[in-house]
Amino acid sequence: MKSLRVLVVVPCYNEQSSVAAVVNDIHWVKTRFGLTLDTLVVNDCSTDNTMAVVRTLDCLHLDLPVNLGIGGCMQAGYKYAYRKGYDVAVQVDGDGQHPAEGLIKLLKPIFEDQADVVIGSRFLERQGFQSSFVRRIGIRYFRWLNQLLIHKTVHDSTSGFRAFNRKTIEIVNAYYPDEYPEPEAIVQFGLHNLRLLEVPVLMEERQGGTSSITFIQSIYYLFKVTMGTLFVYIRLRKI
Amino acid sequence: MESLPITIQLFSLIGTLIFMAFIARLIVRGKLREEYSFIWIVCAIILIVFSAWRDGLTKISVLLGVFYPPSLIFLAAIFAIICFLVHLSVVNSKLQNSIKELTHEVAMLKKEVEDLETPDKFVPETKKHSNLT
Repeated sequence: MKSLRVLVVVPCYNEQSSVAAVVNDIHWVKTRFGLTLDTLVVNDCSTDNTMAVVRTLDCLHLDLPVNLGIGGCMQAGYKYAYRKGYDVAVQVDGDGQHPAEGLIKLLKPIFEDQADVVIGSRFLERQGFQSSFVRRIGIRYFRWLNQLLIHKTVHDSTSGFRAFNRKTIEIVNAYYPDEYPEPEAIVQFGLHNLRLLEVPVLMEERQGGTSSITFIQSIYYLFKVTMGTLFVYIRLRKI
Repeated sequence: MESLPITIQLFSLIGTLIFMAFIARLIVRGKLREEYSFIWIVCAIILIVFSAWRDGLTKISVLLGVFYPPSLIFLAAIFAIICFLVHLSVVNSKLQNSIKELTHEVAMLKKEVEDLETPDKFVPETKKHSNLT
């Protein structure tokens, strides 16, 4: 179990107040469970002091010279994982939403080769932060869309708390959706016939920074993700 | 059509020539790439043709069965503009993709350079293990 090398990718955009705690939590889990694990913070051209904070931490870091948004930011991390030969890549958001204790739950099915993609879901056991009402309706819509397109049920399709094995890293190294990647990526994985698995995790309300989605943008979000999902479906269906 | 004054014809000819000179100047100064200048040169030539050939528009309209000739201008112009806008969107998307790829590469290279400058600052877990074996 310990022979697999794990890269935890922490995407950051203006998270100066929370990123240190996130990295320290991951470090704590790593020493406690004796994992072969590196933390890679990807700074998406933050305008605050995130980069200065990150430099003082015990972790690897990538500093994007241009703001790419969460999709491009994560892909930079996955490309790094691919090139440096990591076996597993995990996304842990820099705002402290994903408590590091959940890491072990996420990694276990991958270490035991039960799944290619493990998604941490806040809805399987209804505990912890459950997100806002409007957002839950959106999430329910994406669940329906996923069932329709790939015949797989993912309860928390907007969850960014995910672990990928090497096979999946190779796929996202080549293509990863741009703006709001999470629901779109699920369809992408489904069409590549990857084994998806959801595990229950606790999520917390963000500790710092602001969500990438404000209420005004949610309509655009729905539209963009629906379009993206449909086009990924059309593009990959032939494979 | 005989009553059409020569003045407006002169104006449109001069205007088109100035436009063409402007495009040419942009290309010479390297501010406009040749592939994008092509469409503008074609536009200018069409304008020149119709400035000089006064009955042209009416004749083509009759040929196509268009009742009101100026509407043919609008149809053609709007169609051309939409085509060009789609083309620009495609170019823009391509650029955005290239920028993303370049940003990734630059970030990786920055990391490599930093690792070379400060080799002992942070040793990844993977390296530690390979040192042991």
